[in-house]
Amino acid sequence: MNGGLHTENLLYDETDSYIVSDELRNAVNIAIALKRPLLIKGEPGTGKTVLAESIAKSLGLKLLVWNIKSTTKAQVGLYVYDTVQRLYDSQFGDKDVSDIKQYIKLGKLGEAFTAPERVVLLIDEIDKADLEFPNDLLWELDVMNFHIPETGETISAVQRPIVIITSNAEKELPDAFLRRCVFHYIAFPDQDMMERIVRVHFPELENFLLAEALKAFYWLRSVSGLQKKPSTSELLDWVQALTIGGIDPDRIGKELPFLGTLLKKNQDFDLALRQLHVRTTGGTAGGTNRGW
Amino acid sequence: MFTGFFYLLRQEGIPVSLTEWMTFIEALSKGLAGSTLSGFYHLGRTILIKSESNLDRFDLAFYRYFQGIEQNEELLKQVGDWLEQPLPPRGFSEEERAALIDKLGLPDFDALRKALEERLRTQDGAHHGGSNWIGTGGTSPFGHSGFHPGGIRIGGESHSRSAVKVAGERHYRGYRTDETLGVRQFEVALRRLRQFSTRLDGPKEELDLEETIQATCHNAGRLELVWTRPRKNTVKVLVLMDVGGSMTPYAKICSQLFSAVHKATHFKDLQFYYFHNCVYENLYLDSDCSPYRSVPTEAVLHNLGSDYKLILVGDAAMAPSELLMPGGNVYWEISNNEPGITWLERLARHFPYNAWLNPIPSQHWDRIFGYQTLEQVKQVFPMYELTLEGLDLAVKKLMVRQ
Repeated sequence: MNGGLHTENLLYDETDSYIVSDELRNAVNIAIALKRPLLIKGEPGTGKTVLAESIAKSLGLKLLVWNIKSTTKAQVGLYVYDTVQRLYDSQFGDKDVSDIKQYIKLGKLGEAFTAPERVVLLIDEIDKADLEFPNDLLWELDVMNFHIPETGETISAVQRPIVIITSNAEKELPDAFLRRCVFHYIAFPDQDMMERIVRVHFPELENFLLAEALKAFYWLRSVSGLQKKPSTSELLDWVQALTIGGIDPDRIGKELPFLGTLLKKNQDFDLALRQLHVRTTGGTAGGTNRGW
Repeated sequence: MFTGFFYLLRQEGIPVSLTEWMTFIEALSKGLAGSTLSGFYHLGRTILIKSESNLDRFDLAFYRYFQGIEQNEELLKQVGDWLEQPLPPRGFSEEERAALIDKLGLPDFDALRKALEERLRTQDGAHHGGSNWIGTGGTSPFGHSGFHPGGIRIGGESHSRSAVKVAGERHYRGYRTDETLGVRQFEVALRRLRQFSTRLDGPKEELDLEETIQATCHNAGRLELVWTRPRKNTVKVLVLMDVGGSMTPYAKICSQLFSAVHKATHFKDLQFYYFHNCVYENLYLDSDCSPYRSVPTEAVLHNLGSDYKLILVGDAAMAPSELLMPGGNVYWEISNNEPGITWLERLARHFPYNAWLNPIPSQHWDRIFGYQTLEQVKQVFPMYELTLEGLDLAVKKLMVRQ
């Protein structure tokens, strides 16, 4: 389906350090072609944040990251008027305080607009912020400009930035905001894909070890009742631990060494070990009935 | 153009707005779907769907709308013969494409389908490079290695698996919100019990430092104090949960809800009591409903203000006597002077913000054992399924007075 996308000379493709599925690549290219923000959701550890880096690298553009916290206000992304500095200067400094312009500090969105070259702007974890946060940015993201009343200036985008937004779905995003976005949900990678991903990080890894580790990993994910399933980044940690520990690949599936790198909750840990016991001995697990 | 698909999506319950639909049409006209069905599928999914919980619905709608065009094997073979010895793939420049789009217009799927049937009936052999018959390298809507803004690729190289097939596999079934997921999702849903309780009430009694500095500086250094309301969550929650007996099959989901409620740290206050089948004179502190660890329901009503949000969890299915008769308590050693329904009504009156979560899927509500009592409880409390979607609705309901 790449035929039509050649109209945009910006065409994203995966980089050496980031493996991307066809669907995700297409979603990125659709977002670029339609000039809409791309909203990325997905299980933790599926590489939402790294995607923006990969896009920037693939297209040879600069990446600006705006990390959202629970206290972040939309205004901060546009500009901040440093009135305190101005007051200070007026009393103790020797600067000309009548020039307000020098006290206007552009935020990440402002920076992205004023950059002479096109940039990739990552708005990371937008769901962390206040409920109204996304709505406050609607206009700016739509028309790609904003007005600074203090100086009477209007900041317009020199080159429309490519906007990538990630969300962990901690809050529902407002409908009006969603309507303007292109959306992609990063599904958890299947075993083949995962193999490629691990290979990128550990090119030297032994085939047998990787196969065994992946088998054990996907088995673990399939254990029902886990409160938090292990994700890609935990798998990578685990593989590293296995290599450093010099674990015999045959033992991986039977013993799940270094399980603590994969599972972070007590209950999950117990559950996994019990299930493992059932699997290796074929016996019945004692006391699994924890209902009430 | 594909308008039927739009309505089908809406019928499936996907909140597709006209804005998104227009964006989708715009994308189609830019050729972003690459004239393939799988291109159409991915493009549609990317633009029209905004939540992973709707991906499955999209797959279903797509499957329903397009399954008719999934190939007829015999016909394919015949058409495949016509397509042997194709012309080399013909590249079309942007101008050519645009001109063709102008000339041919955008696809009307139904017409296209009829036209294909017509061609299949009347075509007698191979035709290449033309604009009408099934062939290669041309601008006919049917065939491959050519271009038509709304054509159907027949044979030739496929860029991916058939979209209809992919849709039919329903990979995103697990993300539907009307199926239950886990503690984490419940927590997220409960978190909304906070979102409306912002700064709307209470006096302005906290110094807003930021704003004070800002205002003072605007005031050229003369102090100007700005006051604000403290930003606290005012939501208080009372949960009453049915345990034992008919609730046993739902123990898992109830325990998930239980952990989610207890992990939610954002409530100003949380009270949790148990009951068995129906609420009577006493509420229990433990899930085994021991009379030694119980409190009088009257005391709970007296101690908790009516600003508490009441969530009842239970199947509401019981013997009619348990709900309607004095002394109907299934624990026969504990008699009750008033029927259960009176207690439920009393609770509903005292706590106007209330909702009942029922682990039984709503489609069975009028059929299961005990449907008579369920129906009556439903008259007293707004009842929702104990699923993510149900909990969402319940949370919304809890924010407003009935």
